[in-house]
Amino acid sequence: MTDTLSEHADPTLHKGEPLIEMTDVGKTYGAIRALSGINLSVGAGEVTCVLGDNGAGKSTLIKIMSGLHGHSEGTLKVDGKEVHFSSPRESLDHGIATVYQDLAVVGLMEVWRNFFLGSELTAGNWPLAPMKVKEMREIADTELKKMGITVKDINQPIGTLSGGQRQCVAIARAVYFGARVLILDEPTAALGVKQSGVVLKYTAAARDAGLGVVFITHNPHHAYLVGNHFIILKLGQRVLDKKRSEVSLEELTAEMAGGRELAELSHELEATQR
Amino acid sequence: MSQSLKSPPPPSSGTAAAPRPKTAPSLMTRALARPEIGAFLAAVVIYIFFFAVAPAFRSPESFSTILYASSQVGIVAVGVGALMIGGEFDLSAGVASATAGLTCAMLCYQFNLNMWVGAILSLALALFIGWLNGYLVVRTGIPSFLVTLGTFFVLQGANLGVTKLVTGSVASKNVSDIQGFDSLKAIFASEFSIGSVTIKITVVWWIVFVALASWILTRTKIGNWIFAVGGNAASARAVGVPVNKVKIGLFMAVGFLAWFYGMHLLFSFNTIQAGQGVGQEFIYIIAAVVGGTLLTGGFGSALGTAIGAFIFGMTVQGIVYAGWDPNWFKAFLGVMLLLAVAVNLYVKKISSTRKA
Repeated sequence: MTDTLSEHADPTLHKGEPLIEMTDVGKTYGAIRALSGINLSVGAGEVTCVLGDNGAGKSTLIKIMSGLHGHSEGTLKVDGKEVHFSSPRESLDHGIATVYQDLAVVGLMEVWRNFFLGSELTAGNWPLAPMKVKEMREIADTELKKMGITVKDINQPIGTLSGGQRQCVAIARAVYFGARVLILDEPTAALGVKQSGVVLKYTAAARDAGLGVVFITHNPHHAYLVGNHFIILKLGQRVLDKKRSEVSLEELTAEMAGGRELAELSHELEATQR
Repeated sequence: MSQSLKSPPPPSSGTAAAPRPKTAPSLMTRALARPEIGAFLAAVVIYIFFFAVAPAFRSPESFSTILYASSQVGIVAVGVGALMIGGEFDLSAGVASATAGLTCAMLCYQFNLNMWVGAILSLALALFIGWLNGYLVVRTGIPSFLVTLGTFFVLQGANLGVTKLVTGSVASKNVSDIQGFDSLKAIFASEFSIGSVTIKITVVWWIVFVALASWILTRTKIGNWIFAVGGNAASARAVGVPVNKVKIGLFMAVGFLAWFYGMHLLFSFNTIQAGQGVGQEFIYIIAAVVGGTLLTGGFGSALGTAIGAFIFGMTVQGIVYAGWDPNWFKAFLGVMLLLAVAVNLYVKKISSTRKA
């Protein structure tokens, strides 16, 4: 399962070396402040988990790193150099690949076309150059087999695969095309227990191959299984930022569930019951 | 040397002789997954039907006429079909042909320009209209249905208004005496004979454009991008597909083909009616949808759209050959459209259900 990863992962990656560093990053949409004062670093061979409820600013954070929106304050450094992305292509060219929860793939397109989407192999550089279809099919098939994803037919629409398999294809694709940082947006949110397990295993494999992983989720249990570093966002602000050694699952769960607010709520509820 | 040549058996022979694995899809399954399969079956049925009821339908000359009628729809429809695969509509594709023809005719007549100059200037205008449609769609996020509905009305009004202002009537002046007319007519509106059958040049162009579009859609990365943009624009953008460029490019391709058809109209009739082309945009969309293109984008084929146009040509001529009231044609077209949409929905359901 880790063959593809170790084969294609960038050999220049060293564990712990910071790949992305964010300092006081913020984002405003007009008068609305979606994110402020975010300090985050993603190291090679580490999983940084970003947790938060809906509307906490997780999506904004992803969009800044993946190049969909530029940040409006603070500094974003990739490999030590300051950058400001204005398109997803730029972010991809820096080795940052994002796998979105439900938009990872184009459902009606064949598996192999999805695998190579945006990075097609062509015979020649002119716009209408033919794609090397046979080669692309073979590569996609071999790479997926290596990961233990058995597809009946590489030519079937990817929408016919299960949700977990689709996520794995998307992750495998990102790694195959030389991603150094993987951003996984709620990869397990829509999946069952078994499917989530497959995705988590693959996430761990990516980490062990030396990639930096940003794992976005609202499930602290899934985060704790793979994470090295945990950040909890609330209303665009960072409310917790701890290493794995400094935090327990219970603490994480409590903080995610609302922490003090939850305690107050339970107190109120008890009061009304009496 | 000779030993080494004959000693190793070709490695492929062993695998070729091996039975096909059970998991490989049968020919039938693969055929059913093609977008144009429904249209192809419908075309066969309609052909047999008219062949049986209308004796005049059977001659090779009639077939040539059918092909001509099909090509008149098919040329622009192939672009509209590709645009729809890319997830957008163009309702201005019909009147844009008239705009292109009128621009060329009036510029050349008023300013004594060579027809080639007029043709190139009108091409620039047609491409600009396509670009503007695309730009407005990607820039504002307004659905293309509304944006191009707007351009449709603007062009329809401008065609009539400007023509009346310039010529005083609702048609452009006859341009057949202007320099360059004959060479352009040879390109856009000539005909040639194979035996006793006369074939219009547009049929050849139609085949060329369909072949080219098929190549682009299935064999190039741009084709891959078109399907991705129509199927799921957000995920296409996330893997680095230039979504906006692809969409604008598609609108410009439709602009080019609309110009091409406008040139055909101009050089076959020497003049263009200002009101021409209204209603054609729906015929193009119907051809694409009947040919298996999903209205929501992401699925379809150039060949399917061509078959859709062929069904159109066959029916419009077949009704005449059968001696029926041609007014029934529109009713037939509506029924075809509804059937096609039903079949397409069914196909999408099948192809998106889990198999593995």
